[in-house]
Amino acid sequence: MKAPKSWIAEYAALPAGLSGRELGEALIKAGLEVESVETIGGELSGPIVIGRVLDFVEEPQKNGKTIRWCHVDCGPDQAPDAAPQPVRAGEITAQLPGPSTGSGTGDERLAELVEAPASASGYWPRGIVCGALNFAPGDVVVVALPGSVLPGGFELGSRKTYGHLSDGMICAVDELGLGSDHSGILILPDAAPSGEPWVLGSDALDAMGVRDDVLDMPVTPDMGYCLSIRGLAREASQALDVPFTDPIDRAVPAEKHEGYGVRLETPGCPLFVALTVTGVDPTRPTPSWLATRLEASGMRSISLPVDISNYVMLETGQPNHCYDAALLDGDIVVRLAAPGERLVTLDDVDRALDPADIVIADAAGVIGLGGVMGGARTELSDSSTTIVIECAHFDPIAIARTSRRTKLSSEASRRFERYVDPGATYAAAHRVAQLLVELAGGTLAAGETVAGSVAPLPATTIAADLPSRVLGMPVTPERVVAILERSGVAVAQDGDHLHLQPPTWRPDLAEPYDYVEEVGTKVGLDQLPSIVPSAPVGRGLTREQRLRRAINLALASAGFVEVLTFPFSSSADLDALGAGPDDERRRTVRLANPLADTAPFMRTTLLPGLFAAVARNTSRGNDDLAIFEAGRVFVAGEGGQSPMLSVASRPSEAEIEALDAALPAQPRHLAAVLTGNWTRAGWQGAAEPASWTQALAFADVAASVLGLTLDRRAVEYAPWHPGRCAELSVAGTVVGHAGELHPTVCATFGLPARTAAAELDLDLLLTLFGGPGSIAPVSSHPVAKEDVALVVDESVTVGDLERALRDGAGDLLESLALFDIYRGSQVPEGKKSVAFALRFRAPDRTLKDADAAAARDAAVAVAAERHGAALRA
Amino acid sequence: MTGEQNGPLSEASIEAMVADAVAAIAAASSIAELKTARLAHSGDKSPLALANREIGRLTPDAKREAGQRMGAARARVTAALAEREAEVASAELAATLASERVDVTLPVSRTPQGAIHPITGLIDELSDVFVAMGWEIAEGPELEAEWLNFDALNIHGDHPARGTTDTLFVEPVTAHQVLRTHTSPVQMRTMLDREPPIYVVCPGRVYRADEFDATHVPVFHQIEGLCVDRGITMAHLKGTLDHLARSMFGDITTRLRPNYFPFTEPSAEMDLECFACHGASVGNPELDCKTCRNEGWIEWGGCGVVNPRVLRAAGIDTDVYSGFAFGMGIERTLMFRNNAADMRDMVEGDVRFSRSLKGEAR
Repeated sequence: MKAPKSWIAEYAALPAGLSGRELGEALIKAGLEVESVETIGGELSGPIVIGRVLDFVEEPQKNGKTIRWCHVDCGPDQAPDAAPQPVRAGEITAQLPGPSTGSGTGDERLAELVEAPASASGYWPRGIVCGALNFAPGDVVVVALPGSVLPGGFELGSRKTYGHLSDGMICAVDELGLGSDHSGILILPDAAPSGEPWVLGSDALDAMGVRDDVLDMPVTPDMGYCLSIRGLAREASQALDVPFTDPIDRAVPAEKHEGYGVRLETPGCPLFVALTVTGVDPTRPTPSWLATRLEASGMRSISLPVDISNYVMLETGQPNHCYDAALLDGDIVVRLAAPGERLVTLDDVDRALDPADIVIADAAGVIGLGGVMGGARTELSDSSTTIVIECAHFDPIAIARTSRRTKLSSEASRRFERYVDPGATYAAAHRVAQLLVELAGGTLAAGETVAGSVAPLPATTIAADLPSRVLGMPVTPERVVAILERSGVAVAQDGDHLHLQPPTWRPDLAEPYDYVEEVGTKVGLDQLPSIVPSAPVGRGLTREQRLRRAINLALASAGFVEVLTFPFSSSADLDALGAGPDDERRRTVRLANPLADTAPFMRTTLLPGLFAAVARNTSRGNDDLAIFEAGRVFVAGEGGQSPMLSVASRPSEAEIEALDAALPAQPRHLAAVLTGNWTRAGWQGAAEPASWTQALAFADVAASVLGLTLDRRAVEYAPWHPGRCAELSVAGTVVGHAGELHPTVCATFGLPARTAAAELDLDLLLTLFGGPGSIAPVSSHPVAKEDVALVVDESVTVGDLERALRDGAGDLLESLALFDIYRGSQVPEGKKSVAFALRFRAPDRTLKDADAAAARDAAVAVAAERHGAALRA
Repeated sequence: MTGEQNGPLSEASIEAMVADAVAAIAAASSIAELKTARLAHSGDKSPLALANREIGRLTPDAKREAGQRMGAARARVTAALAEREAEVASAELAATLASERVDVTLPVSRTPQGAIHPITGLIDELSDVFVAMGWEIAEGPELEAEWLNFDALNIHGDHPARGTTDTLFVEPVTAHQVLRTHTSPVQMRTMLDREPPIYVVCPGRVYRADEFDATHVPVFHQIEGLCVDRGITMAHLKGTLDHLARSMFGDITTRLRPNYFPFTEPSAEMDLECFACHGASVGNPELDCKTCRNEGWIEWGGCGVVNPRVLRAAGIDTDVYSGFAFGMGIERTLMFRNNAADMRDMVEGDVRFSRSLKGEAR
């Protein structure tokens, strides 16, 4: 809501000299947001004065344009030192009313002014060239004199143009920065807004009320009454503790049907006031003070009756509508739309109506979408003379639904869906009528219609000390009563309790805490004390939370960079991964309204998101990448509905269980993608390219934080290279996969060749954490080292051999490490030699050579038995 | 006796042998030369050793005298050898060390530089402030029951936030499941899960059907807090926010402005005093504060007293307990705290963004 300060000041007695910014600060404390305070007319400076056109002559130009050479009386203080060039005799276009004692014909007045100024008015008029043709001698206009500055920093000087020395400029609306109207110059009404006659030569901006501060305020849904000058003025008066005059100056009378016929047939419209004004001249110009306020409030001036309607809406908050009575066919009926009905709204859109829409209709059909927008058929035109004014009350929820369904958000619907004071209907209708009478020459018809009524809002009772207790600061019951009464609440005190009847415009005051908020806001939240509550002794992070952090840090320390990606995916992603029709990752959750139609699913794997991040990085020249993400994936379950429970009380345990049971599983995954170089080339040696090895190492780092060793098994699993993919498990539980990506996958996702990846079910992995474990005695006995080189078939994996050696070596084995793999002339074709360093140690004695040798032989024996391993000679 | 005065064991003769030895030792400039000198002047065939053999032929008196003289001479030679040996060894070590000089400015770290994402780091940092106060960290699903995300939080069925233009719904919409639009459902879950006193913060990812531009992302992160206990007031809310602000940004204060949220009543918008300029930039054309855009205050989040309707929906006795809640955006916090200019950078996965922060912030 944009609100000029001058308008608010009409109803709130703002302190003299209060700036727009100060007013804004007061309103912020009252709970309003003030997005900006803009000074209109603020960029204008210098002598911009009220003048009166005395006479002019029209001079056609070679370029086809006609200009007027005018004499303008700018008062004695702004008179030029010398006479302006006269207009040619005989071409004076009209009788001159003149500002002074002069009388007679234009020629005589001209002579008086131009040739004997001192004798008559005592000063010269100014000679000004004007390109507009919409004014007549005698019109009061705004004149920018040399030295004044117009919007855009345009500084005016005297200049020679079209053969005259133009000593100023007669201004149009847009030239003053008041609006966009450039259809002609701005012609002021006969008298100033104050009702006094204009003083020629006085500051036009002050005299017209042009210079003003405009506050732009978004209004929260609970403060619908502040979508009006009335509401803002009330808040301002409370915040500044100054008197308030309510523009709603009369209550809604009892139901009566003496005016235009109205029938209410839906509870969505419980109250409808109709007044009739006859003899309206809709073609009269809108007075500039009214147009200026509309423009300042962000609305365009359209025609006098429409402007009046909008003006009253802004002022009172009551949307209203004016029908051309001549176009109405019988009684106005408010009802729900019938199936199949249509309406061409004022914006010339032909709309299909929904049976839930409230419509205004007459005998010939629908004439308006109730509370949202009028219809084109009964729209006012230049020939409308009898106007029926509608001021009605509509159900906020019904209006919100219609507005949302039709995607039509109007000034009216924005107000109705936030609740409009039903108590304002009657007074607002009269305000519209009054302005139509005053400005458009109409006559208010005697008969009025007040159809229906609105019941008072529900009352409540609170303990008088409730505001103090909830806010945590002392507010005496007397203060509570005083505050609420100023907010319009009817308060009846009953011992320690207050019976509270909210005013008609405050549906938000329903429950006790609503009144606490009202009191807190009016006292000022800046008055709250600051007290840190003492929480009971806490347990800190959960073990799982600590472990997740530890894993994150370990991965970062190991050289992996965490990224965050959007968790949406597409079936194309899954196809590109190579996931088969029965793949777990096909169990996707689909969104009804995805952000992008190309990614309608929730992700079941982190990999495509990371692939996109890799592609983005490489396109920006970040070629060496080891990125990871820890985040949830979403696996569709049985697809049940989540229950919609009551909010009146706590749901049952069964209901709470049902809430969870219907939701998809959402385990956290941990995934990495690597490409480019793991270590860069340097003086120490060649680059080490990122490969499947780091993808496996990534998984190992995460597992090692938990003290877990991942078992690996070669498997074929999308999207990995069929010969370079490890299934990772702990004691038979598969926790993920890692390896080099399939070349086709790299190509499809635009990844560099040999990109590697790993993905783990992090939540599952965490469940396998066996606790921190115990600390074994540290043996101080010496270590016995034994190296073995085993010749095996190529198909035997190092993991197989390791497991066999460990199983065979027994308890004395302290550690085992691979140190060499040899293929070549020393071993037969199709075989390899795999060398391990074994370290043996006993906790209680020094091992003899024979002990270590026996353990070594036992280890080798198991390897020989399982895998045909032979000790290399 | 005097005859001995001219023999090999004479004082003059021994002095001469010692002098020769000392001179040769001093002349040795390496361990190898020193070895030669040792052999020549202290070995079995050295003049001193040969002279020593003559002692046996002397009279007992002369023997003692010559023995003493010879012992002293040999000790002098041994000492000279030892001294020179230390000198030469030290010089040789110095030469070796000099030859082993390296360029210490060479790049040495080959492990790639890893990093925690700034959003993750900030969530941990904020969480730790509350953990230190005895609060706990609650978590919940991102894909949530519509009832928990809206109804239970007093957001009625016709609230605009529940439209498909604001909220992402699971297909079909009759499943009544949404991508949570705030972490508040975790607050409700906590209240359903445990008895007061409740002191929890809920950090996590949230979703809105929002624009994707420099200041809006449809997937972002929040941290929300909930306190439910006996005698909790709005003053406790203010105290908690002040403490959080001071913990994160130093000696600053917060400001509450009335606002509207269905979940809380009274509700307020929370502003931080600008920790960069402390308001000095307001109306001061000389000072342009990028942190608060010369407003003096930074909008940080929403907060309020938990609406009793919400407590009732969780089965909490509102005659006994009251509570407060607050929430703020992590991305927004990162923007004003670390001058991050474009929210899109936070979700595009560029490793340069992830590596931006230093110290405990990462």
